[in-house]
Amino acid sequence: MTDTPTPFPAKAPGFSGPWWQAVWFAITVALTFLGLLAITFVIGRVVPIDPVLAVVGDRASQATYDAARAAMGLDDPMIVQFARYVWGVMQFDLGVSVSTNRPVAQDLARVFPATLEMATLGILIGVVVGVPMGVLAAARQGTWIDQVIRVIGLAGYAVPAFWLGLVGLVVFYAKLRWVGGPGRIDIFLDGMVAPVTGLLLIDSLLAGDMDSFRSAFGHIILPSTILGFYSLAYIARMTRSFMLEQLGQEFIVTARVKGAPARVVIWRHAFRPIRVQLITVIGLSYAGLLEGSVMIETVFSWPGIGNYLTGALLNADMNAVLGATLVVGAVFIVINKVSDAMYRVLDPRAR
Amino acid sequence: MTLLHVENLCVRFPSDQGEVEVVRGLTFTLGRERLGIVGESGSGKSMTGRALMGLIPKPGRVTADRMEFEGIDLRGLAEPAFRRLRGARMSMAMQDPKFSLNPVIRIGDQIAEALEFHSRLSARDRRARVLEVLQAVRIDDPERVYQLYPHEVSGGMGQRVMIAMMVILEPALMIADEPTSALDVSVRAQVLEIMDDLVRRRGMGLILISHDLNMVARWCDRILVMFNGQVVEECAAGQLHAATHPYTQGLLASMPRLDEDRAQLPVLDRALIGAGLGGRT
Ligand SMILES: Nc1ncnc2c1ncn2[C@@H]1O[C@H](COP(=O)(O)OP(=O)(O)O)[C@@H](O)[C@H]1O
Ligand SMILES: [Mg+2]
Repeated sequence: MTDTPTPFPAKAPGFSGPWWQAVWFAITVALTFLGLLAITFVIGRVVPIDPVLAVVGDRASQATYDAARAAMGLDDPMIVQFARYVWGVMQFDLGVSVSTNRPVAQDLARVFPATLEMATLGILIGVVVGVPMGVLAAARQGTWIDQVIRVIGLAGYAVPAFWLGLVGLVVFYAKLRWVGGPGRIDIFLDGMVAPVTGLLLIDSLLAGDMDSFRSAFGHIILPSTILGFYSLAYIARMTRSFMLEQLGQEFIVTARVKGAPARVVIWRHAFRPIRVQLITVIGLSYAGLLEGSVMIETVFSWPGIGNYLTGALLNADMNAVLGATLVVGAVFIVINKVSDAMYRVLDPRAR
Repeated sequence: MTLLHVENLCVRFPSDQGEVEVVRGLTFTLGRERLGIVGESGSGKSMTGRALMGLIPKPGRVTADRMEFEGIDLRGLAEPAFRRLRGARMSMAMQDPKFSLNPVIRIGDQIAEALEFHSRLSARDRRARVLEVLQAVRIDDPERVYQLYPHEVSGGMGQRVMIAMMVILEPALMIADEPTSALDVSVRAQVLEIMDDLVRRRGMGLILISHDLNMVARWCDRILVMFNGQVVEECAAGQLHAATHPYTQGLLASMPRLDEDRAQLPVLDRALIGAGLGGRT
């Protein structure tokens, strides 16, 4: 009988199985990080900002300048400097910011959680609302529901973020008083909860401080919803087109031939295959939010990484710029690797 | 006993140049027998099958003077009622297992779905029934195959899975739409043999759709020859040689035979057939 199952692709013994996969995964992550460090290192060397001048000032004598330069290790071979840089980063030493006079790592530990919190709530809204919207639009293709969802999706491209932020503040804060104003928390509650994670919602819950939690929630909900709106517009649009592609497949007919109700056809047969594609889309969208939306952070006086990076750029604060870039790069790597891993779990063809 | 009564079945699709009729006034009856529908690609065979299953895609419209299945009028049958028939009383094996099985659901679970939609069996009983039906389509290690995903099995195995899925509830009617044209020649006969065996043993009616006159003649009792959305010939499988319509004669003439001594096979004279039908070509 020639009709035997197609053999699985042969793998060399010792180079397969979950163990090897985990090791390989760790190696690729490490290499990617090293690449990222190389990039920030090179950027730090090529920008026309002299780190020695930034320390000694432009009226120092040549001797002082040279001494400082040697002390900073800038005369050492590049590879030594790079190794020192990597070693420093591994110990969270990103240098000192010339604009805040604090270690950059400390600054980032403060601003990144602020962005993380807002972006996470934003992406949650984007996924929880956007995915069902996209599925519904595809299931009801061509009806008025589909049209309404399409218009919402387009608005996500057409409406500028700062405008939406300002209108939101005027309506929901100034007029209706439904939400808190700019900043992360009401001023009189600022600094009341001890930072544990840096995420105010979680820290206030950990401290059992419900007043702080309510205040922080009131402040974060509007900017997060606006971010959520932009990501849901994108996610809904992509979900719709992925779903339409699946709904045109032969196996959808098979499901209906078996007598599958519409709910099963849509959520089991069409939605399951698109989960892997959606994870990529959601990951990209989340990474975009984690870069920090400068517009939203500015309008809402949000002390996040977008604001921090912009300030650092304007002040030629190289350590801060490179540190923030490193964080943003790391976020992309982590999200990328996580969606990779989920891909393997969710798609039997990728195992 | 008559399973299916079809009179003047039409399937139309709107297009830029008005409506296009892809099935044009089909009339036939089916008992617990094996009926072959044969015709060239685009002649409306698949649309006939889908119309019977109530699965003509959206802008398409189905009309008929009569379309009765087991005494139930299928014309304008409400979707929930149609759903109760599909998979349970009538089913349809699709063409290519590579595309007609869901890529991310285990084979066993896909077969078990038919039971999920139409019975109140527990998950355990469903599993047992699936293993049984996998054995019925001559899969020797059903436990293993249950766990596999479609991309992990060959075409022939995939098509046996498809057949298992469509007979598990012992429907009265199974439509098989080109069930072997995507398969290697070497496994076609085996798949047809398994299907034929199940259909006869369970006393089901079968509509076997194919473009292959030889195959249909070999596996069916009666044959409808379709051309351009219409039936041009209806005869018992054994009476094909006496076919009168020029299209059928053309098909017969262009079929290679073992005792072949012709240097070249004749080509269908489409102009002649079109004129005979008085329709489009
Ligand atoms: N969704 C559709 N819209 C318009 N025309 C269609 C559609 N699906 C099929 N057709 C047309 O119907 C005719 C018959 O198709 P089909 O029944 O699939 O033929 P076959 O005999 O090869 O199975 C073809 O000419 C095809 O172009
Ligand atoms: Mg067809």
